[in-house]
Amino acid sequence: MKKDRYLLLLLLISIWQGLSSLHLIPSYKLASPVEIILGFIDLMIVGVPPGHLLHHHVLYSLYRVALGYGVAALLAIPLGLLMGWFPKLRRMVSPLVEVVRPIPPLAWIPIAILWFGIGIKSAAFIIFLGAFFPILLNTIAGVLSINPLLVEAARTLHAKEKDIFYKVLLPGSVPSIFVGMRIGIGVGWMTLVAAEFTGVKEGFGLGYMIMTARDIQRPDEILAGMLVIGVIGLLIDVGLRATESRMIRWR
Amino acid sequence: MTLEFLDLSKTFSGEMEGESVHTLDHIEYRVENGRFVTIIGPSGCGKTTLLRIIAGLEKASAGKVLLDGKEMVQGSEEVGMVFQEYALFPWRTTLQNIEMGLEIRGISREKRRLTAMEYVKNFDLAGFENRYPRELSGGMKQRVAIARTLIMNPRIVLMDEPFGSLDSQTRNAMQEFLLKIWQKRGDTIIFVTHNVDEAVFLSDEIVVLSRRPARMIKRIEVELSRPRDRTSEECNKIRRDVLKILEEEMKREG
Repeated sequence: MKKDRYLLLLLLISIWQGLSSLHLIPSYKLASPVEIILGFIDLMIVGVPPGHLLHHHVLYSLYRVALGYGVAALLAIPLGLLMGWFPKLRRMVSPLVEVVRPIPPLAWIPIAILWFGIGIKSAAFIIFLGAFFPILLNTIAGVLSINPLLVEAARTLHAKEKDIFYKVLLPGSVPSIFVGMRIGIGVGWMTLVAAEFTGVKEGFGLGYMIMTARDIQRPDEILAGMLVIGVIGLLIDVGLRATESRMIRWR
Repeated sequence: MTLEFLDLSKTFSGEMEGESVHTLDHIEYRVENGRFVTIIGPSGCGKTTLLRIIAGLEKASAGKVLLDGKEMVQGSEEVGMVFQEYALFPWRTTLQNIEMGLEIRGISREKRRLTAMEYVKNFDLAGFENRYPRELSGGMKQRVAIARTLIMNPRIVLMDEPFGSLDSQTRNAMQEFLLKIWQKRGDTIIFVTHNVDEAVFLSDEIVVLSRRPARMIKRIEVELSRPRDRTSEECNKIRRDVLKILEEEMKREG
C-alpha cells in the first residue's frame, strides 16, 4: 500500500536521470538527480560561498525564523484572544488588520531595510509579518468558536474574568491557534528565503546560499538548496502536527 | 435555605424597537429549604430564564430574588447550576471537569484531587476519570456535570432539563440516582423540565408556568412517599392533573 505512494515519484526521477544521461536535458539548466546529490555533498563539505557550510546556512535561517515567528506568536495569540473576547476591541482593531494584512510581506522589504538596516532584524521582521496575521485571525476565530454555554458554566462555578480567560478561552482556542501557527510557519518559512535574497549581512542563510549558487552558476547546488528548504519546511510542519495532536487529544 | 421570588419580571429588549420579549410576568414564589421543586411549562415559556436569573447569568427587569430573606447577590456561592447540554469542558478529563470549581476557588492540587476522586467514586465514574467528555456516554456526561456542580456544595441546585437528551432508560436511572444523592445531601433542588412523568416522579412540589410571558398558574404538592412507583394510580392521577392544566394553557387564546 505504501509502495505505490512513491512509485510515480521514483519513475519521474528515473526518467529525468535517463534524459540527463543521454544529454537530452542540458545540465547547465537542469542538473540531473545524481548531480544534485553531488551538489548537496558540496554544499555540506565545501560550502557556498566556500567555507560557508550548509548547516550554518540552515542554522542562520532557522534563527531568523525562530525570532520573527516567536515574536509573531507571542503578540498574535494574546491579541487574538483579547480581540475574540472583547467585541469593541475587535471592531476597533479589525480595520487596521484588514488594511495591513493584504500587503505581501515581501513588499515590506524596502521599508524594513530602511527601518532596521540589512541584517537579522529586517529578515525577522518580514517573517514576523508573514506569520502574524494567520495566527491572529485564527486565534480570534478560535475564541468565537467557543460555545458560550461553556463560559456560562464557568461563571456558575464562580469563575472570574481571569479564570474565564485562562481556563476557558485559551484552552478552547488551542485547536484554532494551532491551525494559525501552522499556516503562519508555512508563510514565514516561504517569506524567509525571499527575505534572504536581499537582506543578508552575515553571508549566511538558505536564501542567500541559493542566490550565491546562481551567481557562480551551479544549478546543482541551487536545486539541492531548494530541496533542503522544502524538506526543512516539511519537518517543521510534521513537528507542529505532532505537538498539535499531543496537545489536543481531547478532540 | 429558603428562596423567594418577589414580583419577578423579565423583559428582553431586542435590537430594534418593538422587538422586546416579555418573558417572566410577576413571579411570586417561595421555596422552602431542602425541597425538590419542579418547574414545568410549555416550551419557550421562560423556565430557563427563571433559572438563569437565580444563577446570576441574567438580571431580572423588576422584582427580587431573596435568599434567606436577603436580596441575592449575582452569582452567589450558594447556587449551582446543571445545564441541559452538559456544558462540560471538552479539553478537560472527567476528573479535571469535576475539579474545575475547586481550582477556581484556589484549593490546592492534592486537596481538590482527593475531593474530586470521592465524587468520581460516588457518581459511578471510576475508571473513567481520565477520559475526555467525547469518550463518555450521555448519562456519564450528565453525572460529571452534576458532580462538577455539587462539589462546590451549593445549597440550591438549579437543573435545566438535565435529562432532556437522554434515552428513556438512562433517564429513569438518572432520576433515581439524583433522588439518592439529593436525599443524602438535603439541598434544595429547582428542576426545570417539560416532562410530566419526570416531574411527578421526582418532586415534592410542581409549579406550572403559563405560556410566555410566564406566570405561575398552579402549585401542586406531590405528597407521595418515596420510592415512588411511576405507574401507580396515585402517580397517574397527579400526572393527569398536570397534563390537563398544561393542555388548557395551550388552548388558551393569546
